[in-house]
Amino acid sequence: MKLIIAIIKPFKLDEVREALSGIGVAGMTVTEVKGFGRQKGQTEIYRGAEYSTNMVPKIKIEVACGSDLAPRVVEAIQQAANTGAIGDGKIFVLDLAQAVRIRTGEIDETAL
Amino acid sequence: MKLSTKILAGLGAVGAAALLTHPAFAQAAAASPIPAPTVNKGDNTWMLVSTLLVLMMSIPGLALFYGGLVRTKNMLSVLTQVLMIVCMVGVIWVCWGYSEAFTAGNPFFGGFSKLFLKGVDANATAATFSNGVYIPELTFVLFQMTFAMITPALFIGSVAERIKFSPLMLFVALWVTFIYFPIAHMVWCWDGPDAVAVAALKGQAAIDEVTSHAGFLNQMGALDFAGGTVVHINAGIAGLVMCILLGKRIGYGTEPMPPHSLTMTMIGAALLWVGWFGFNAGSNLEASSVASVAFMNTMIATAAAGLSWLLVEQAVKGKPSLLGAASGVVAGLVAVTPASGFASTMGSVILGLMVSPICFFFVTTVKNKFGYDDSLDVFGVHCIGGITGALMTGILANPAFGGQGVADYASKPGTLVVAPYDWVHQLTVQGEAVLLTLLISGIGSAVLFLIIDKTWGMRVSAEVEHEGLDIAEHGERAYHY
Repeated sequence: MKLIIAIIKPFKLDEVREALSGIGVAGMTVTEVKGFGRQKGQTEIYRGAEYSTNMVPKIKIEVACGSDLAPRVVEAIQQAANTGAIGDGKIFVLDLAQAVRIRTGEIDETAL
Repeated sequence: MKLSTKILAGLGAVGAAALLTHPAFAQAAAASPIPAPTVNKGDNTWMLVSTLLVLMMSIPGLALFYGGLVRTKNMLSVLTQVLMIVCMVGVIWVCWGYSEAFTAGNPFFGGFSKLFLKGVDANATAATFSNGVYIPELTFVLFQMTFAMITPALFIGSVAERIKFSPLMLFVALWVTFIYFPIAHMVWCWDGPDAVAVAALKGQAAIDEVTSHAGFLNQMGALDFAGGTVVHINAGIAGLVMCILLGKRIGYGTEPMPPHSLTMTMIGAALLWVGWFGFNAGSNLEASSVASVAFMNTMIATAAAGLSWLLVEQAVKGKPSLLGAASGVVAGLVAVTPASGFASTMGSVILGLMVSPICFFFVTTVKNKFGYDDSLDVFGVHCIGGITGALMTGILANPAFGGQGVADYASKPGTLVVAPYDWVHQLTVQGEAVLLTLLISGIGSAVLFLIIDKTWGMRVSAEVEHEGLDIAEHGERAYHY
């Protein structure tokens, strides 16, 4: 099993969600986050006062899936979230040791 | 309907006596050229509506405009300060403010004859700018009350986010008493057009006598239709003095202090604009065609100023911002205030276009260069915009440029004549009025501020400033998410 964490541009969330549903991903967790990478922050100007914010708002998606599905999930996110500009985000793939469905107690792939 | 009042009766008696003693009119005393004093329901309606509009400028207009510009933790402190200034100054106004500002005393402050509004009942009337046209004096008291309320509420923007509530209230009470009422008296207090006309029938000595009852700047001939000097320069320079004496906010220039809700600021700016028609067109004191002149000038100077601020911002900063647009609108409203009843429509367009780049320069370059923390730009917008408007009034009132000129009530008593206009002289007088206001309000505010600061303390502790004034001073917070 793999845990796939993707940091994407907020406005790409719906497209990513549709792409993942299309390949059979049954669920995901979404968090609003802030961070920075190569894309620098923005400058805000209020009359004479200028503030540069060095954290950019992003969306973090977490998807747990079987190891066979993982490459297709990565590919789907990579294609759906791509705009070609800096700041499109990153995808991280981690090994997942165990999964448990709380309601039934099922474990691992049957729990996903 | 009993409209005959002490004032009307008094004027009538003076008029009759004048006519009877003047040789030319001795035989024809009944045929006075001065129209009989009347009160018109339409004028009264307009003035009562204008009064409501000016009240709306303070609450909620100015309160929301300023409130949106501070950080979340200080939102309620600004709203409370504005609301309480309105309440407190209203009470002061009926107790001694009106008498101090609008009764004859000396050229610098009024007398005590109308303390606690003595004699100002349903039958009392107040003069307007037309011979024979009067409004109920209570209406005039109410209209002018809203001006006294908003002026000190303007300067709290310069000291926002770090001033103690109770000492600020004491400061405001002393400030209106020793600075606002005297300046309002100096600029706006006079005996009215009928008194001048009656005196003119008697001769120069009588005219001089009536003129001597007027306020100092009024005698000088300074033009201030709706309060460029009395309200905006006055509050603007007080704001600058206060923010310098109080010191910068902790973290000013190093920590971000962005406005917490520009949505509120937009609502506030729009309410200010709408309310300002009461302020400017209402200052005509009657629903005559000059009210329409002031209305048009207020509309178009403001639109031009909003436009020019955005153009400058686009050119200098690269992005047209909402706060820039709102600031331009307020700068335009401030600048057109003294000129509103005097300028032509196109003159107001020029005034609006020119005021925003000047104010923009002050709130960006000048403020940053000198490093004073005029938190919400009271000086840069109100004082600088007010000075621009006051000086430009001297040029734009010129009938040669389509302006209204200056009324002459004496040369043909009972008929309004436009006096010959010397714009160089007028510009000089305007400059002197600006300078005098800057000096009186600048020095006076500093003295009052220092007295309270040394005895009571004007500034909150660093801990309170960090925590926010809402919780520390008022025990509540603006938003519970």
